[in-house]
Amino acid sequence: MLVPILKQGDYLIASVQSELSDADLLKLRDDLVSRVGEFRSRGVIVDVTILDVMDSFATRTLRSMAHMITLRGAKTVIVGIQPEVAFSMVQLGLKLENVATALDLEEGMALLDRQTKGDTRRG
Amino acid sequence: MADENCIPINSEVDIVTARQKGREMAAKLGFSSTELTLIATAISEIARNIVEYARDGEISLSIGQQGDKRGIVVIGCDNGPGIPNIKLAMQDGYSTGKSLGLGLPGAKRLMDEFEIVSEVGKGTKVTMKKWVQNHAR
Repeated sequence: MLVPILKQGDYLIASVQSELSDADLLKLRDDLVSRVGEFRSRGVIVDVTILDVMDSFATRTLRSMAHMITLRGAKTVIVGIQPEVAFSMVQLGLKLENVATALDLEEGMALLDRQTKGDTRRG
Repeated sequence: MADENCIPINSEVDIVTARQKGREMAAKLGFSSTELTLIATAISEIARNIVEYARDGEISLSIGQQGDKRGIVVIGCDNGPGIPNIKLAMQDGYSTGKSLGLGLPGAKRLMDEFEIVSEVGKGTKVTMKKWVQNHAR
């Protein structure tokens, strides 16, 4: 199932609509990394509210995605990790090191606004 | 056991199917929503191990009973290469594949009981159980 990617001003918003297979996740990663250049985006929000499982593969893919997007010059925020998912990630020992997270889309946007504020390319 | 469910694991798409079926069965047993996520995640990890190391295998789900305890029994088995050193494979951060090495030890932490039997050249069988907590009823 493809994840729709919306362009909202300087940001890209990918909101996951259903459970993702490994291939879907890798596709999302590749799409976002390339679209950041296409749309000259400053930030990327990945909304994972719908996901009820984030296993080692999903976590690793999101982490590598965020790292690649950083290398492309944009910021990434993962939003919407559910309480149960957070609990299970901690039990599993999974970390989203150096990846920004926020409660929901609104908080994610606010975080990106703060991080890219003062950027002369904005406005 | 009447309520048994067997899911062939041949590709990464089957990982999603296995964990969804596991969640469904666990939900019927009355697990809390946090426990459902733990069970689904543990199934995801062992299914992933099958795909990554053995390519082919299966996950069977059944309802277990032990005294007055009821719970879910998840068995993952394959005829893959087997694990030469289980103690090492159960260590956090140990991986011979492309994973983080948290799959097996992680799955063990998520479940109540965890047993792994493996023979090199024959395959691997992982049995995991989780019991419904009384306060959840």
